[in-house]
Amino acid sequence: MMTLAKRIIPCLDVDQGRVVKGVNFVGIRDAGDPVEIARRYNEEGADEITFLDITASHEQRDTTAHTVEQIAREVFIPLTVGGGIRSLQDIRTMLNAGADKVSINTAAIHEPELVSDAAARFGSQCIVVAIDVKRVSASHDAPRYELFTHGGRKPTGIEAVEWAIKMAALGAGELLLTSMDRDGTRDGFELVITRAITDAVDIPVIASGGVGTLQHLADGVTEGGADAVLAASIFHFGEYTVGEAKAFMADRGITMRL
Amino acid sequence: MGNLHSVASALEHVGAAEVVVGHEPQAILDADRVVFPGVGGIRDCMEAIRRLGCDQLLDQVLNVDRKPVLAICVGMQALMSHSEENGGVACLDVLPGQVTFFGEAHQSDGGERLKVPHMGWNAVRPTKGHPLWHGIEPNTRFYFVHSYHVVPDSEAIVAGTFDYGLKGCAALAQENLFATQFHPEKSHTAGLTLLKNFLDWDGTCS
Repeated sequence: MMTLAKRIIPCLDVDQGRVVKGVNFVGIRDAGDPVEIARRYNEEGADEITFLDITASHEQRDTTAHTVEQIAREVFIPLTVGGGIRSLQDIRTMLNAGADKVSINTAAIHEPELVSDAAARFGSQCIVVAIDVKRVSASHDAPRYELFTHGGRKPTGIEAVEWAIKMAALGAGELLLTSMDRDGTRDGFELVITRAITDAVDIPVIASGGVGTLQHLADGVTEGGADAVLAASIFHFGEYTVGEAKAFMADRGITMRL
Repeated sequence: MGNLHSVASALEHVGAAEVVVGHEPQAILDADRVVFPGVGGIRDCMEAIRRLGCDQLLDQVLNVDRKPVLAICVGMQALMSHSEENGGVACLDVLPGQVTFFGEAHQSDGGERLKVPHMGWNAVRPTKGHPLWHGIEPNTRFYFVHSYHVVPDSEAIVAGTFDYGLKGCAALAQENLFATQFHPEKSHTAGLTLLKNFLDWDGTCS
């Protein structure tokens, strides 16, 4: 049946306007240029592109806005920008630069009203709340996941499913769920918490953190119940194209835009 | 409202000689064709439309000058009579009909749970021949993001549908007006084809 397709979202980590995690494409002249990389993913059939601005200083964010502007001028699929979004002004800057959605992470923890204010001001459709979680229960106990900040180093004590429900109620249009236990491991998504959150909220959930194979992407949808899957390194290093990932998932009965 | 620049970029990409973004009456009256986009909440959107006099300008452009007009997403919803969003908002009533919420616990016919907003790439089935569908195959996927959908009083103006637990209205067409619930400016090559068709359109339905 023809219905909504599951999405594949390549993610670029950008520092001062340059892609920082290794990118190794045949035929790319400048592996650090986010515009060139975004263009490549767009050609491969990416459903959206997410930018994570990991620039340390606030002043350098102008560079990111400029990069978003350049990409938006030639890549006609949705762009999400995350990292360091702390205020309505930050959101406005990114939307004006051409972002379609912004992802709010730590600021939502310190100031949950930012999510409701932003949704009221700009519409839920452009407000993504990023949720970084780690499992805090022992392996033989019932699983419990909590939010962490600072790249997974700083605990907050906030339980993940409750938080997801609260963010949806405040007006988030989508959740970006990252397992900090899995991020960078290539062991696959943390499916237990992915499933718990997708079942708990009505809004779409993007699974992130840990993709090492195409099977992991499919598992995120079939086991985790995710509406979209985000990955960085399996695409950056040229192991797989977005097109190959989509064909693999479609072969397993997942509705994709081919 | 919202991200008007993406529409402008996409139109320039498919060959628009000049795209002016704004609500300046003279610029709109001077234009060969007009795009009426929109994102965000309907209440703010309608408030801005009325405050800036865009309702009267639209009437002039549509009914007096009879220019080709393309309305997108909330722009399309604003054309209807009334929206349930934000506690109920009176809209422009250019196209008689309602804008309604998908509903809590929205489901497919098979009982599968469906997320709201309807966000992502869904297949669009053209239900009538129209110059804006030129070169676009049935079931081509376009990018949608919305929690409310349009239900026109008259089936006759429906130009395309999508399936999402109900048969939703993907596009409306009436004389020199074409409206899409999806975002052509975010729908990759299919969207660019539709925008190119709009630039080539003379505003008739033949």
